[in-house]
Amino acid sequence: MKLGILYSGGKDSNLAALIAKKEGYNLSCLISIASENKESFMFHTPSISKVTAQAKAMQIPLILQKTKGEKEIELIDLKKAIKKAKKEYKIQGVVTGAVESVYQASRVQKICNELGLECFNPLWQKNQMEILEDLIKEKLGVIVIAVAAYPLGQKFLGKKINEKFIEEMKKLKEKYQINPAGEGGEYETFVINSPLFKKSLKIKSFKDFGENHSWKRELEI
Amino acid sequence: MEKGVGNMILIISTNKELLHHYEFSKPIEELVKKENQAFATKKYDKLISKDLEKATKIIICGTSLKDLEYAKHLEKFNWIKKFDKPIFGICAGAQIIARIFGTTLKDSTKIGLEKVIFKKEFLNIKKELQVYHLHQKKISSLKNPLENYSKDNEAFKHKTKQIYATLFHPEVRNSQIISNFIKNG
Repeated sequence: MKLGILYSGGKDSNLAALIAKKEGYNLSCLISIASENKESFMFHTPSISKVTAQAKAMQIPLILQKTKGEKEIELIDLKKAIKKAKKEYKIQGVVTGAVESVYQASRVQKICNELGLECFNPLWQKNQMEILEDLIKEKLGVIVIAVAAYPLGQKFLGKKINEKFIEEMKKLKEKYQINPAGEGGEYETFVINSPLFKKSLKIKSFKDFGENHSWKRELEI
Repeated sequence: MEKGVGNMILIISTNKELLHHYEFSKPIEELVKKENQAFATKKYDKLISKDLEKATKIIICGTSLKDLEYAKHLEKFNWIKKFDKPIFGICAGAQIIARIFGTTLKDSTKIGLEKVIFKKEFLNIKKELQVYHLHQKKISSLKNPLENYSKDNEAFKHKTKQIYATLFHPEVRNSQIISNFIKNG
């Protein structure tokens, strides 16, 4: 079955894509939404333009759809992008990295249903610690590119997801109720390497923006 | 796959696509593990009588909106009528139970969170709950021996047997319903 991956460039969409590939599905294209609204509930925003480098590394075509990011209008733009993927790459289903967000998952389900496509959510309801462990087990190179929760700050940007990171998240969960995989929007990630990448990405430089406990890192790949 | 020892919960997958296992069966496996219960997961068309004999309880999982393959093979579920141990049917599983006992379904798509009002206590759940729906069919009127436990027939039970069913997905936001079934159902 030909699938389109709803792709943010972060850990969840990359892990979901890898699971789909391992189960024998054909990853026909990536579908990314570049939202101008930095507070979007639907889409991951930091370094989203860098998905072009990730798509190139995977040698998978990319549909990059821009949106102003106004609440329901961004869903029209998402539908437009999925429709394009169906027409151009003959996809029969869409894969998402949704874990717990009913808001995101049900909106994608509705769009897929309207377009007659299957909707796959291989990380749905998955334990957040297990997601972090799977990233290490599956050899995904993941770094933090945004934070938005106390006590996280600029120092947290650039951290790699590894055993040490998991230990740190366990403590943060215990002390501050931080969701270990950032499911509550506490942090966002960017994938620089994956078994799906033909070669890993190199970060040339970066710029940090923010204050206090809200920071974003824009990468130059 | 088979995990653990002792009492054994049989998880029946209704998914045509392998990738849907992660979304509809795996979360149920995780809930069973949390309750320290042994389990085995099998696809409905691979079941043999030994699987049913070994099981102490059965959970029939849901599947995707577009997956109606299981509905073409309802005869594979005829064992439900004679089965005397507890069963829980989720979404597609609930639709299967309804149809096996003679209830017909109507087209009606529901996606997302919505409130369900319980008319009777259902696996320790009373009054109302915000639940996650992902289904294409609804039940307009349940046929005997099934009995309605909520408004809109979203939760129902067999009148005399421990056969429970929900059209909604309790594994999302309401996992205590499945835990209650595992512990007390």
